[in-house]
Amino acid sequence: MRPLDEKETTAVFEKLFKFVGNNLKNIVENPSHEGPDPNPGRYCFRLHKNKIYYASESLVKRATNVARPNLVSLGTCIGKYTHGGNFHLTVQALNLLAANAKHKVWLKPQSEMSFLYGNHVLKSALGRITENIAPGDGVVVFSMADVPLGFGVAAKSTQDCRKLDPNGIVVLHQADVGEYLRMEDEL
Amino acid sequence: MAPAIATKKKVSKKQSNAKPPKKAMKKNSKVLTPKHDSSASESESEEEILQQQQLEHKDELLGDSDVDLGSESELSSDGEGDDPLVDDFLQGTDDEAEEKGSASNSGSDLGEDSDDDDIEKKSRIIDEKRKKEEEDAEAEMQLNIKEESDEFRLPTQEELEEENLRPPDLSNLQRRIKEIVRVLSNFKALKQEGSTRKDYVEQLKKDICSYYGYNEFLIGALVEMFPAVELMELIEAFEKPRPICLRTNTLKTRRRDLADVLINRGVNLDPLSKWSKVGLVVYDSQVPIGATPEYMAGFYMLQSASSFLPVMALAPQEKERVVDMAAAPGGKTTYVAALMKNTGIVFANEMKVPRLKSLTANLHRMGVSNTIVCNYDGRELPKVLGVNAVDRVLLDAPCSGTGVISKDESVKTSKSLEDMQKCAHLQKELILAAIDMVDANSKSGGYIVYSTCSIMVAENEAVIDYALKRRDVKLVPCGLDFGRPGFIRFREQRFHPSLEKTRRFYPHVHNMDGFFVAKLKKMSSRKPGEKQSEPSEKVEEESKLEKEESEEEKPSNEVRENGKESSESQSKKTKKRKFPSKPVNGVKENGKETSESGPIKRQKRKYPSKQEISNAREEKRRAMRENKKKGPKKQSQK
Repeated sequence: MRPLDEKETTAVFEKLFKFVGNNLKNIVENPSHEGPDPNPGRYCFRLHKNKIYYASESLVKRATNVARPNLVSLGTCIGKYTHGGNFHLTVQALNLLAANAKHKVWLKPQSEMSFLYGNHVLKSALGRITENIAPGDGVVVFSMADVPLGFGVAAKSTQDCRKLDPNGIVVLHQADVGEYLRMEDEL
Repeated sequence: MAPAIATKKKVSKKQSNAKPPKKAMKKNSKVLTPKHDSSASESESEEEILQQQQLEHKDELLGDSDVDLGSESELSSDGEGDDPLVDDFLQGTDDEAEEKGSASNSGSDLGEDSDDDDIEKKSRIIDEKRKKEEEDAEAEMQLNIKEESDEFRLPTQEELEEENLRPPDLSNLQRRIKEIVRVLSNFKALKQEGSTRKDYVEQLKKDICSYYGYNEFLIGALVEMFPAVELMELIEAFEKPRPICLRTNTLKTRRRDLADVLINRGVNLDPLSKWSKVGLVVYDSQVPIGATPEYMAGFYMLQSASSFLPVMALAPQEKERVVDMAAAPGGKTTYVAALMKNTGIVFANEMKVPRLKSLTANLHRMGVSNTIVCNYDGRELPKVLGVNAVDRVLLDAPCSGTGVISKDESVKTSKSLEDMQKCAHLQKELILAAIDMVDANSKSGGYIVYSTCSIMVAENEAVIDYALKRRDVKLVPCGLDFGRPGFIRFREQRFHPSLEKTRRFYPHVHNMDGFFVAKLKKMSSRKPGEKQSEPSEKVEEESKLEKEESEEEKPSNEVRENGKESSESQSKKTKKRKFPSKPVNGVKENGKETSESGPIKRQKRKYPSKQEISNAREEKRRAMRENKKKGPKKQSQK
């Protein structure tokens, strides 16, 4: 487990910025409530076995007791590095993203299951959509009951969505909670 | 006339009842014929003869128990009765007719008198007949009853062998099991003579093994723990699955809201019980309960009701340090984190690598962020995390799984005594490690909860008893009052009386999987083992001194025995001197005995140790003097 170096930090922050925008500040500087210490430290990012973890400092301090081959997870995993060196956010980051998301999309009840199977979001599935989405922005997908279902990348801007035919793709799927059941091994 | 008819009718009835009446009548005839010989009135005797002969003749003619013939005889006899004169002429045989004629000529008065006598005899005969009928009926009844209870007798060796050859007859087995349980419940009254309780129990075990598919070891263990009727209830309960339960994730939602959402989806559920505020039990569901969007979003966790119990007993507070030593798949760990509201820190440890994935996945799904997951053998954890470092420990120990047979039928056949012993050994090591990790001086904690999903005493009470002896801990109430208290004694074992604060749960009583929960509080970090080292050192000192003495006395012992044994044997000698009441058989045997009883005796000997110290000093002085004497001798020998 080690802190992130420059390159890695920029990669992570870029990805996060797509989803949360200026709320990134929130993420980084949030006083944490974890840890048994009376003074909550802040959150920090650590890299361990190609995965990035977001945990409070007290947790990190205590995790140093655990040897490298034996440490499995720490706080919340938010993403991982692929073989090629690219950073991808995983579904475990959903809680963090959903709390701070800038762009949101709400799905109709009938179309929830389709998204949870890993399909892209079609226009016909859209219930609500926040304004001012640009193509390529990170979007967090919710159900009508405000339950976060996953996230993805916007394919079209909000304006274009209105003109789109019902089978057009609005949000490109990146991660969804169905992966906990479908792809437990790959998380 | 009427009496005659009556008697004749009775006669016919008698005839319809075959042999006994015949015998009776023959007897009567035999009885009467001497009378007949000696009788005064010819007419009477003749009448009697006639009538008896008639009866006899009729018996011969008619044979046994023919109603038609009986009715014919009735008619004929009626005819005779009505008009004796007429019928006499109409009668068939000459002899009879002559006799009857002569008899009838004598007059009806005399006939009536003889009829009366005959009537009495006949009524006697009839009464005897009836009595015999009743006796026969009773005898048959008795026979029937005996047959039924004899039907339940233990099968003999031959019958068993026959059964083994044939394919198993399930209904027969089932019937026999029920019968044996019935007999065992009222043994004195219902047992078969010559067979002991043990025979019945052995047969019951075999039948249950073949009917339900258990192996002998497991059935033997269960039979030792439960009376026969409860045993059957338990086994039947193991055949059926327990209801599916789920636990609301209080980090994300409330039970009421979750119940509403699930009911909308078409799930039929209810709150679990009054002892849980987060549990829900699912009766049936139109959608797969493990694949709803709410499940995937981490609103609830599928968990058996028994898994709630150790965490409820642990009751972790906010901002505490908690360790879960065998965490996968994470149901209890997530519950702990939810109770702590994501504050504090949880170490979730799991030894097996394949199970780690599900553990981490569940933690992330449920939104738990205060957990560190590590992959160690639980026994190494105190070295990693430090001794006296955490506030609470939850140890849901790996066990034989005899309480969850309803989930996993292979346990019925795969567990043996070695498995139990291995499990128990591992559990004892783990519980000591757990106790070592806890900080006894923690402000809010200092608790260890030990739980297993097994009902075997060797894995539950025996392990806790071991922990009580080896560490400075005590049992406290778990807070789960609806369970059954644990065993304080079991067969030849005797446990510490505070073990009644532990709790056992059974499927047939609580409708949960078989479970055991115990809550310990650590009083201090002292180990009774450490205390032992002081007196043992003293003993060794003394024994070393005594060695020199004994060298003179018994040089052979020194050669045979190694350090410890000799020291113990000599310590036994010192005990001999101070406590002459203790019987001593042989030095070697005692040496071995002391090695086992040593720790206990040493603890007791703490107090007299001062005396031993003074004695030791005296012996030291003696030894010194002898050494001085020896010294010059040895030098001369060399």
